[in-house]
Amino acid sequence: MARVVVDVMLKPEILDPQGQAVLGALARLGHSDITSVRQGKRFELELDAAPDAAALEEVASTLLANTVIEDYSIRVEES
Amino acid sequence: MSARIGVVTFPGSLDDQDAARAVRIAGAEAVPLWHGDADLKGVDAVVLPGGFSYGDYLRCGAIARFAPVMQNVIDAARGGLPVLGICNGFQILCESHLLPGALIRNDVRKFVCRDQWLRVENANTVWTSDYTEGQEILIPLKNGEGGFVADDRTLDELEGQGRVVFRYLRDNPNGSYRDIAGITNERGNVVGLMPHPEHAVEQLTGPSLDGLGFFASVITQLVDA
Repeated sequence: MARVVVDVMLKPEILDPQGQAVLGALARLGHSDITSVRQGKRFELELDAAPDAAALEEVASTLLANTVIEDYSIRVEES
Repeated sequence: MSARIGVVTFPGSLDDQDAARAVRIAGAEAVPLWHGDADLKGVDAVVLPGGFSYGDYLRCGAIARFAPVMQNVIDAARGGLPVLGICNGFQILCESHLLPGALIRNDVRKFVCRDQWLRVENANTVWTSDYTEGQEILIPLKNGEGGFVADDRTLDELEGQGRVVFRYLRDNPNGSYRDIAGITNERGNVVGLMPHPEHAVEQLTGPSLDGLGFFASVITQLVDA
């Protein structure tokens, strides 16, 4: 058994309109000290076997992230 | 015998019926294809229609890419089968890596729905041969995630090889790099664009008849083949 977390973020050079909208809302709430927001995705995978690094790379790079516009990181939380 | 053009329906497709109608108006037989069915039914060409396949979950087109029918569409497209991706269909083609780049959320942070002028930049693809290079056409555009992005090397390659098929005219609606509205693969058989030619095939419902040329083009190519 293992839990694997995959974080996916838009690459720094890709515009993030969602993050900009959140930033705008934060400014309206008075949080003018926050100067940038980038929004990403977090996937929590439960496995019933020991994590296989190559298989996880494939999962992340073929489905969870589009590597044309996104970067991802994989970490095993418990095994 | 008339050309047989398949139109794929995914869960969440919206414009499959309009695409099929456009195919019929242009004079071909529209063949319904089902996302869960790996059979292409021997069609001569395929249209991936607009909509929100699989609810746009994960990313637009990301799950549709792995639908059973898509494995055959991808193989057939690599073998030269004409494939047209409209809006969500374009997103699916990019996710499938049949076309380079990706579509991201509009820079204006709004869903944009309007009639859009385009310039035809490449009239040599199987889907655009009825147009002339430089021709300006007016067809509807409606999307929330239509910003075409790719790295500079890819953009330069697309431009250098004449693979930018359509460009937005006058006002870029969504932040697409270099005003790109549609592109093609190296062979010119796979074309994807965000605007909707299938909504511009009848005077009653469209802003023009400028969309008919897509379907007329592929029919001409299939008859000549």
